[in-house]
Amino acid sequence: MDVEILARLQFAFTISFHYIYPPLSIGLGLLLVIMEGMYLKTGNKLYEQMTRFWIRIFALIFGIGVATGIIMEFEFGTNWATYSKYVGDVFGSALAAEGIFAFAVESGFLGILLFGWNRVSSRVHFFSTIMVFLGSMFSAIWIVVANSWQQTPAGFHIVGEGMNARAEITDFWAMVFNPSSVERLVHVWIGAFLAGAFLVLSVNAWYILKNKHLHIAKPAFKIALVAATFFSLAQLLAGHRSADGVSKNQPAKLAAMEGHYDSLAKADMFLLGWVDQKKGIAKGLKIPGGLSFLTHQDFSYPLKGLQAFKPQDRPTQVNAVFQFYHIMVAIGMLLIASTLLACWYWWKGTLFTKKWLLVFFVWSVLLPQLANQAGWFTAEMGRQPWVVYGLLRTSDALSRTVTANQILFSLVLFTIVYTFLFALFLFLLNRKIHHGPEDLHQTDEENENEMYTKRIIPILEGSTVTDGGNDKTLSSH
Amino acid sequence: METFLGLDYNVWWFLVFGGVISGYAILDGFDLGAGALHLFLKKEESRRIALNAIGPIWDGNEVWLVIGGGALFAGFPIAYAAIFSAFYIPFMVFLTGLIFRAVSIEFRSKEPMVWWRTFWDIAYCVANIVISLSLGLMLGNVAYGIPLNKQHEFSGDWLSFFNPFSILIAITTLSLFMMHGAIYLAMKTERRLYTKLTILAKNFTIFFLVSFAFSTLYTLLYIPHLSDKLRSSPLFFLLPALMILAIANIPRNLKKANYRFAFLSSSVTIAALLMMVAIEVFPYLLYSPTNPQNSITIHNGASSAKTMKILLIIALIGTPLVAIYSSFVFWTFKGKVKLDEMSY
Repeated sequence: MDVEILARLQFAFTISFHYIYPPLSIGLGLLLVIMEGMYLKTGNKLYEQMTRFWIRIFALIFGIGVATGIIMEFEFGTNWATYSKYVGDVFGSALAAEGIFAFAVESGFLGILLFGWNRVSSRVHFFSTIMVFLGSMFSAIWIVVANSWQQTPAGFHIVGEGMNARAEITDFWAMVFNPSSVERLVHVWIGAFLAGAFLVLSVNAWYILKNKHLHIAKPAFKIALVAATFFSLAQLLAGHRSADGVSKNQPAKLAAMEGHYDSLAKADMFLLGWVDQKKGIAKGLKIPGGLSFLTHQDFSYPLKGLQAFKPQDRPTQVNAVFQFYHIMVAIGMLLIASTLLACWYWWKGTLFTKKWLLVFFVWSVLLPQLANQAGWFTAEMGRQPWVVYGLLRTSDALSRTVTANQILFSLVLFTIVYTFLFALFLFLLNRKIHHGPEDLHQTDEENENEMYTKRIIPILEGSTVTDGGNDKTLSSH
Repeated sequence: METFLGLDYNVWWFLVFGGVISGYAILDGFDLGAGALHLFLKKEESRRIALNAIGPIWDGNEVWLVIGGGALFAGFPIAYAAIFSAFYIPFMVFLTGLIFRAVSIEFRSKEPMVWWRTFWDIAYCVANIVISLSLGLMLGNVAYGIPLNKQHEFSGDWLSFFNPFSILIAITTLSLFMMHGAIYLAMKTERRLYTKLTILAKNFTIFFLVSFAFSTLYTLLYIPHLSDKLRSSPLFFLLPALMILAIANIPRNLKKANYRFAFLSSSVTIAALLMMVAIEVFPYLLYSPTNPQNSITIHNGASSAKTMKILLIIALIGTPLVAIYSSFVFWTFKGKVKLDEMSY
C-alpha cells in the first residue's frame, strides 16, 4: 500500500479510537458537576454515593483518553511533516493554547477530583470537579478551532512557494473565530454531552431492570434523562446551523453529503439512499428539493452540485460521506424520539415500568458514540482531497522521509495495543458497573476489604521477601 | 527582528521551550524513575504506596510534555516536523510506553488477582524504563545532530540513532531518573519502605555517577562541538560548576537523610544538564553534522514574528496560572502517602 493510504488509515484509526473517550469525559464531567452540586445543595448522602460511583468510571475513561490523546499531538509531526510545516504557524498556536489553558487545568485538578475526597473540603472538591469539566470544554475549543481552520481557513496569508509555501497568521482572532469554528464547536460540545448523558442512562436503566441500587439508579436516570432530552433537541438546532455553514463555506462537501451533482437542478434531501459515483446520481427515499428548502427556504432553488467542481477537487468517497452523514442524522432523530417518549412516560408516572424502553436505553449508549464518529467522518472525508480546504492537498501533506514500512509498523503496533486496551476497558467498565455504587455506611476498613487490600496481602506475604533493611537505618530517620 | 528586553522573540521562545522541557524532565522525571524502580519493591503494599505517591500528580506532570510538543509545533514547526518524522520508530516506541504507563497505573488496582497485579507491575516498570531510555536516546541524537537534506528533512538511516554517544546518554537519563525517583519516594514514605528506599536511593546515585562520568568523558574526548562553548566563556563555565556542586550535594544530603534537599539537588542537576545541552546546541534546534548549512536554527525553523508574539503572550498569561494551581495540587497531596479507599 502507498504511504498516503497508510498514513490516512493510521490517523483515522488512532483518532477514532481516541474520540471514544473525550466526549465521555466532557459529558460525564457535566453530569458530575450536576450530581456533586445536588449533593452540596441538599446534603443528601444519596448524591454523594452517586457522585463517587461516577468518579470511578470517569477515572477509567479519562485514563485511556489521556493515553491515546498524547499520540495525536505527535502524529502530525511523525506522519504529516509537510502539513506541520505548512500549518505550524497557525495550527500550532491553537495547540499550544490548548496545552497550557485546557489540558493543564484538566490534569492538574483531576488529582483532587479522584483522590482528594478526604483531603480537601467539599467546596474545594466541587471546585476541582468544575475545573476538570471546564478544562475538558476548553480543550474541545482549541481542537475544534484548529480543525475548523482546516475547513474554513481565515486570518492568514501564504508565504513562500511550492515546497516551501506555508500559512502565517495575520489576525489571531480571525483565525480563532474562523467562519465555521463557533457552530462546529457547539455541535461537538452537544455531541459530547449526549455521549455522557446516554452512558449514565444506559448504566442506570440496567440497574433498574435488574432491580439493583434502585434508590440511586432512579434519580440518576432522571438527571441524565433531563440532560439527554435537552441536548438531543439542542443538537437539532446546532446540527442545522452547522449544515448551513457547510452550504456556505464548503459547497462540495454539502453536495457530497446529499449526493447532489447537477448544479442546475434543485437539491433533494434523502432519508435513505445510495450514491452511484460513476454515473453521478443518488437514488433512494427522498424529499424532492428538501436540501434547497433547508438552505434557501425554496424547494426549487438550484444548488451548486459536484459537477461544478473539477474531478480532482471533489471528495473522493462521495457515497461514504453520504452514508456517514445520514447515519448521524438518523441517530439524532432517534435520540430525540426516545428521550421525548421517556419524558412523556415519566410525566405519566410509568417510566420505570416500560421494560422495552429501559432495554432500549441500556443499548442506547452506543448511539451518540456512533453519531459522533459518523459526524467526524462526514466532516473529514467531505473535506477531501484537501487537508486544508482549498490550500493544501492531503497527498502533499505527508512526511516525505517516512517510508510505508515504518507506518505499517506503527499501524500494526497501535492496532494490537488498542485492541488490547479496548478489551480491557470494556472488561473493567463492566466489572465496575456490576460492582455498583459503594455503600457509604460501611467503615473505611470494610470498604478496603471489599476493594482489594486485605484480600491480597495475606496471599503475597507468604511468598515474597520482606522489604526494607535493618532497624538501625530506621532509627536514623 | 522584533525584540523584547534586548532578546529577539525567537530566543525568548527557545528559552520558554527549554523551560518547559526542563519542567517536564524534573516533574515527570521522578514519576518515570519511581516507575522504573517499581519491581525493586517486593511487597504488594509497598507497590501500592509507590503508585499512590505519584498517583494524583503524574498526569499533571505529563502535561508538560504536551505543552512542550505544542510549544515546538507552534514556535518551531520546521524543527517539529523534522524531529518527529526522523525519530519515527523510537518515538512510536516512546508513545507506546506512555500508553502502557498510563493504563498500568489505572488498571492495576482494579482487580485483586495476583497474576493481574504482577502483569501490570511488570508492564508498568518496563514502560517506564522504555520511556526513559528512548527519551535519552532522542536527546543524545538531537544534541549530537542528525543528517538533514536541503528541505531540512532527515536524510539518514534510523539505525544510526543507536550510536555509542546516544546510548550512553540514554543510560545516563535512566539512571538520573531512577535516582530522582528513589529520592522522591523516600520523601513520601515511612517505616520499612522508607528504609528500603534510602538504600535504593544511594545505589541509584552510584549508578548515576558512574554513567554520568562515562558520558562526560566520552563527550569531552570525542564530541568537541558539545563542550566548546562551555570551555570558551568563564560565565558559561559557572554552569557545569553549579551542576557538580548540585551532584555532590546529593550523596551529602542522602547521608544526612535530608531528602528534600537531595530532591532539590537532583532537580537542579536535571535543569543544569539540559541548560548545558541548550547552550551547546544554540542557536541550532537540530544540527546537521554532515552538511551544517542544512541545519535548523531558531531562526530558519521558526514561525513568523506575529505568531511568536502571540505565543509569548499565551505563555505569559498561562504560566503563572499553571504555577498557581500546580502548587495548590502538590500542596494538597503533600506529606507521606496514606492509603485510603480512593487509592490505587
